[in-house]
Amino acid sequence: MIATQGLTHRYHSKNGVLSHEIVFPDLAVERGESFLLLGNSGSGKTTLLHLLGGLLRPLTGKIEVEKIDIASLSETELDRMRGRQIGFVFQRNHLISALTVKNNLLLAPFLAGEKQHEERVDQILDELGLRDKKNAMVFELSQGQAQRVAIARAIINKPSLILADEPTSALDDKNCDQVIELLNKVAMENNAALIVATHDHRLKSRLTKQIVL
Amino acid sequence: MSIQQLIWNYLKAKKLNTGLNILLLSLGIAMITLLILFNNQLEEKITNNSKGIDLVVGAKGSPLQLILCSVFHVDFPTGNIKLREADRLAKHRLVKYAIPLALGDSYQGFRVVGTNRAYSSLYQADLASGDWWEKDLEVTLGSAVAQLTKLKVGDRFESAHGLTKDGHAHDENKYVVSGILKNSGTVIDELILTTISSVWKVHEEQVINHNDQMPISPSLLVPSVEAGDSLREITSLLIKYKNPIAAIQLPRFINTQTSMQAASPAFEMARLFTLLGVGANALMGFAYVLIFISGLSIFIALYNSLKERRYDMAIMRSMGASRGLLFKTIILEGSILTFIGASVGILLGHAVLVFFVLIMEEGQKMGLSAGIFYVEEGVILAGSVVLGIFCSLLPAIQAYRVNIHNVLAGS
Repeated sequence: MIATQGLTHRYHSKNGVLSHEIVFPDLAVERGESFLLLGNSGSGKTTLLHLLGGLLRPLTGKIEVEKIDIASLSETELDRMRGRQIGFVFQRNHLISALTVKNNLLLAPFLAGEKQHEERVDQILDELGLRDKKNAMVFELSQGQAQRVAIARAIINKPSLILADEPTSALDDKNCDQVIELLNKVAMENNAALIVATHDHRLKSRLTKQIVL
Repeated sequence: MSIQQLIWNYLKAKKLNTGLNILLLSLGIAMITLLILFNNQLEEKITNNSKGIDLVVGAKGSPLQLILCSVFHVDFPTGNIKLREADRLAKHRLVKYAIPLALGDSYQGFRVVGTNRAYSSLYQADLASGDWWEKDLEVTLGSAVAQLTKLKVGDRFESAHGLTKDGHAHDENKYVVSGILKNSGTVIDELILTTISSVWKVHEEQVINHNDQMPISPSLLVPSVEAGDSLREITSLLIKYKNPIAAIQLPRFINTQTSMQAASPAFEMARLFTLLGVGANALMGFAYVLIFISGLSIFIALYNSLKERRYDMAIMRSMGASRGLLFKTIILEGSILTFIGASVGILLGHAVLVFFVLIMEEGQKMGLSAGIFYVEEGVILAGSVVLGIFCSLLPAIQAYRVNIHNVLAGS
């Protein structure tokens, strides 16, 4: 589903004079597979996720999503691909606080240029046990609930790839368990590839396929 | 979810900020709207009221006062002129028609005007009830007079000297209402029309002309008296030129060859407006300052909220939003804000005028109407949207350039 070849990225220091390059290992992830991307902070986990999601262009190397080299896509095509094929889950601050839970979810198909179905929102919220929060504002949610809404938003467009960046590090053990289980479950149900970047040791036992940077 | 909904939710999330911006802008716009309403309606009134009057002739004094007194009936007469001299002028070859006016009295602040029927036809006045004034001491009331004094056909009243409500009352001679005019939207609505000899009669200590015989050679302007009467006086004469040459010759002739003065309504009004214009311009300037500040405030609000929303924008980009969409969102947010502000402002301007007309007698007397919308207001609305676009341009460009990776990676 997604495969990389010889990816490198150049980091610039604050003053822009010093720079160093990082070389990422090649990887290939198929639909239905779940990977854990491990590494210390600063090892480039977030950068790799952003490269995979087309948020960042690599210095060298090739990324193929569904056999398409995303380097060949224009900015607009890349936006479209991102909206339809990829679901992102971030560590925190990921919901639009001016909107209700329902509108946060509907924002995904709207921005991706897809049809908005309110039944799909209801269905997903039911699945995640958030039915009663449908019309709640974001600030009324707990951390765990907010993270579950973020997962709901990531999967509402039925993406083929879910990229999660430290989805559990702000959560307590109970919520951590819930979230990773949920991510696994929805990835399976949607037959999507799942890549979770983390330094959270609690997750090591949950996902066996691991990439270490 | 739609772009409008998204913007609306963002505006709603910052109620205080949004409210303040709308308030600031609407105050400036309301002020401009009010000035436009006043200016346009005043100009219309002035044109309507001085239609058909090329020149006003009266006693020497301030020409502006003569115009304000004889055309708009808001000032006191400059003095009187001899009927004999006025008659001679009325026969001048350059004069198409001349309408005599005898002023001096009022009833409850409404002026009694001694004149002839040519005056009412000047304003195309029509009767609503009763009859035109015929005999001495008969009056026909303007619509506003009838409405505010509650006088009806057949009622009698005494006029008072001057224009104030409590001047010396001439209680010896009472006027009788013979008719009431339809509303015409001109100054005639606020006048009490009667014959010239009625005004004389009310003011005479002793009646000079005892005999009711018809004069042998009647005066052109006041046929009830003998031509060449050396005692009778009137206040002023409204003149319509026969041809354009008159505009050059007649005023000079009157000002140099007679003891009277001639004043042109168009010229004096233009002069008055240059004087008043300073005040209006100062107010207009103040309104523009308010609008400028509100523009600045909207710019700052968008710029600041953009800082807070950089993360939101990066998230939206990660969800597939294009740069163009974010750009559009910010521009639309700015212009929707100014559009609402301008709409509120225009309505506020009209509301203030409604209030002014309802509360103040002067507003009613001026015949101002709050229900009229002018093209200029449309221009203001369009201008405000342009202002909104202008203020949101820089923040929108920044939104366009948001580096998703840097924002999301927190560096």
